[in-house]
Amino acid sequence: MSIHESNGSPQSLKNASKIKFEERRESLTFLGLSLPAILAILIVVFLPIIWLSSLSFYNAAGELSMENYARIYESALYRRTFVVTFQISIAVTLICVLLGYPLCYWLTKLPDRTASILMIFVLVPFWTSILVRTYAWLVLLQRNGIINSSLMSLGIIDEPLQLAHNLTGSIIGMVHVMLPFLVLPLYATMRSIDTDLVRAAVGLGSSPREAFWRVFFPMSRPGLFAGIVLVFILSLGFYVTPALMGGGRVQMLAQRIESTITIYSNWGAASALGVVLLLLALVMIWLMHRVFGLDKLFMR
Amino acid sequence: MFANKSQTIDISNLCKSYGSVNALDDVSLNISAGEFLTLLGPSGSGKTTLLMALAGFVRPDGGSIRFGDREMITTPPHKRGLGMVFQSYALFPFMTVAENVAYPLKIRGVSKSDQKIRAERALETVELGGYGNRRINQLSGGQKQRVALARAMVFEPQIILMDEPLSALDKKLREHMQIELKALHQKLDATIVYVTHDQREALTMSDRIAVVNHGRIEQVETPERLYRQPHSFFVADFIGESISLPVTVAKGTAQLGERVLKSDLPIALGSGGHRLVVRPELLEVTPGDVPETANDLSGYVHDIIYQGDSVLVIVQHDSVGQINVRVPANRAGQIGLPSKGERIGLALHPEDTIIVPEHIS
Amino acid sequence: MEQVGQRKIDGMWLTVVGFAVLFFLILPTLIVIPISFGGGDFLEFPPNSFSLRWYESYFSSIEWMSATKISLIVAVMTTAIATPLGALCAYGLHCSTPRIRNTAQAFVIMPLVVPVILTAVGVFSLYAKLGLNYTLTGIVIAHTAIALPFVIVTVMSGLQNYDFDQELAARSLGASRAFALWTITVPQVKFSIQTGAFLAFVTSLDEVVISMLVSGGENATITRRMFNSMRDHLDPTIAAISTCLIAVSIGALICVRFLGSRGEVNE
Repeated sequence: MSIHESNGSPQSLKNASKIKFEERRESLTFLGLSLPAILAILIVVFLPIIWLSSLSFYNAAGELSMENYARIYESALYRRTFVVTFQISIAVTLICVLLGYPLCYWLTKLPDRTASILMIFVLVPFWTSILVRTYAWLVLLQRNGIINSSLMSLGIIDEPLQLAHNLTGSIIGMVHVMLPFLVLPLYATMRSIDTDLVRAAVGLGSSPREAFWRVFFPMSRPGLFAGIVLVFILSLGFYVTPALMGGGRVQMLAQRIESTITIYSNWGAASALGVVLLLLALVMIWLMHRVFGLDKLFMR
Repeated sequence: MFANKSQTIDISNLCKSYGSVNALDDVSLNISAGEFLTLLGPSGSGKTTLLMALAGFVRPDGGSIRFGDREMITTPPHKRGLGMVFQSYALFPFMTVAENVAYPLKIRGVSKSDQKIRAERALETVELGGYGNRRINQLSGGQKQRVALARAMVFEPQIILMDEPLSALDKKLREHMQIELKALHQKLDATIVYVTHDQREALTMSDRIAVVNHGRIEQVETPERLYRQPHSFFVADFIGESISLPVTVAKGTAQLGERVLKSDLPIALGSGGHRLVVRPELLEVTPGDVPETANDLSGYVHDIIYQGDSVLVIVQHDSVGQINVRVPANRAGQIGLPSKGERIGLALHPEDTIIVPEHIS
Repeated sequence: MEQVGQRKIDGMWLTVVGFAVLFFLILPTLIVIPISFGGGDFLEFPPNSFSLRWYESYFSSIEWMSATKISLIVAVMTTAIATPLGALCAYGLHCSTPRIRNTAQAFVIMPLVVPVILTAVGVFSLYAKLGLNYTLTGIVIAHTAIALPFVIVTVMSGLQNYDFDQELAARSLGASRAFALWTITVPQVKFSIQTGAFLAFVTSLDEVVISMLVSGGENATITRRMFNSMRDHLDPTIAAISTCLIAVSIGALICVRFLGSRGEVNE
């Protein structure tokens, strides 16, 4: 009848090796299922980038050197590219926050159904090709486009403004592309905030403004930060819109990398620029990960 | 009877650790063919890990699991031939009730027409005849539970495992299902291993109960003996209502303070001192002041709480503190209840005097 | 009193800004549709007359048609390869130990945040060695790799919401792991898989930067041709093509939603 025989901690476990073998076999099977996809990503995305990065440490003569990086530092052209890239990215991020935060806050205050219908207005552009949207902006902002003609007919301006093919155009187009990347994580975070807390704060005597800044805003910060990091990273390496809207006057990092290769075939310089860009992106992501966890980046 | 279809389960030296936590600490347990055995323990005690190891979903670090005379330790779950009922029921929501129940038959290559007949028969067994075409989301919690049961037994497995299958039901339905499950077990020729944290449920249904704590089996006993003769303080405390008082044990006799207690029950050995376990319903109330001799205590009535089927009398004892006494309602009527502040005697009979060690050795 | 008035002004201000931003988001997206039906010789908005001339110019151009065909072939092939590979990978990772899962997940998410120009240049240089530039195979492989993360992330989140006990139940009832996966799990994460497939399709169809470097010649994708054309001048034909692209994307989205909601009825 007595069942439990406690003979201390058994030194050698029965069947342990057989079980271990099965366990290994099983985890290898799972690995096998995941491997094709992981290999594809590894070979197509990671290995070329690593190889490319290694190129940046060789000079034209094929010797190991930091020449490429030194040139980036010394060359006014490259320095200018970095400055422009940062200026544009910061401007775009700032405008996205100024437009996106009130939008999300407004949507949060609306009834669920209304808000989810209005979210379609954010999602449709999100799923529309960047080329299509950039094309639309080119049409809208051209010399005799609708913006200029309406401004003129309203008598605000006398002659058409130069809106496309310059910095203004690039920024307008980029903001339009980036805004959903800020809105989606921010809106998700705001939706999950308990509005009772804000009401409680008002009930306890704070003015609505105080309640907003003391309670609601701090709680929306993780989403805001995720959006900002996402927009900033994507802006740093953005190619299509500035290439088309900038009209050759605006050269951001991505375009500089592309032209350095396709026009000048200077792989060393291009890859050094690429390494710097990659490091910038990784630092931002690492920062994001440290503060909020990586999964927050993709909570849409 | 059919020729001994149900199987024995022999577990020996089963170990499983997650990091530094021992989920299963050298567990050995023999379950007889056709037995209804319950693994009872608090959450995190390892009872579910043990069940999952039986099912093949948890890989132990070592040990042996035998069904009949076949070693199962590395057999994949689908070749173990057991039926399992999950806590969440785990019904397939995109299939009808009948398709759910027929799923194990389909796998076993049973013909379409036989599938239909046997699924319907299984549904009738759980009193859901005619529900075959329903969708899962059209069922109530109790009905889902029955479908899960029908699905686990339709292919006549020799062993059925159940992981807290009634925990999602409300109290009334749960108690009803307990009786039904017990009756069903008698109809089925299967060994049932049942996991629960509800001691009442375990007492109601089981042939034997294995009390699990910290990855070890503290005691395996029939419900009655487990209740009357717990081997450890954990078992005594976990099963039934009780209060406990520290006692000293020397040479096979226990002392409460100065007093030598009379007990007809064997005192189990263990570590960490001993405790006297007093179950409120096993104490006898005697009116008036009585001399404090042997197992008898006396004290003032502190409070009387009417609880419908019984009355709880809270007695303040001079030295050991509060002692609860439960008097069945009809008996309370016969003897007449004491009033607050009155001094009464409490008799603890030697056959009910439970003395257990703090920890099993 | 004063506070209530202030709150009203705040609310109105917010509503105006909210609508303005939504307008800013949606208008440029939809404006290409009326433009594409314009009858004049130049881009006009609002158009003065209605015509299908730009669609005619699109559908009668051999170059545009071939690019469209290439893009559709690439998108379909990418979807066909990335969806099963990604779904299997998601399942494999879901069943792995947390440590392997987290590491692999971080790895899989990376391509989504690596600047696409770097991926493009990297692929271009790799293909230069392998002779895969300007080939259909090359574009499909590249697009598959960048579409995979979308499929994996979507299917993994689908698996997280799925009651995995069901697969265990199926296995305890006698189904092998593969059979349980196919008959019980797959039907229930179907919606995630379809969403993943949709994302793969749209990612490939709309991809510009890699296509620009890696596709070309007779295997140029429509995005490459559009990009080059937009660099030169504003051809209204592009409006017609854009409208078609929007229609295909929204059509695919509706397809997924429709199939998905049919699957959800059972839930």
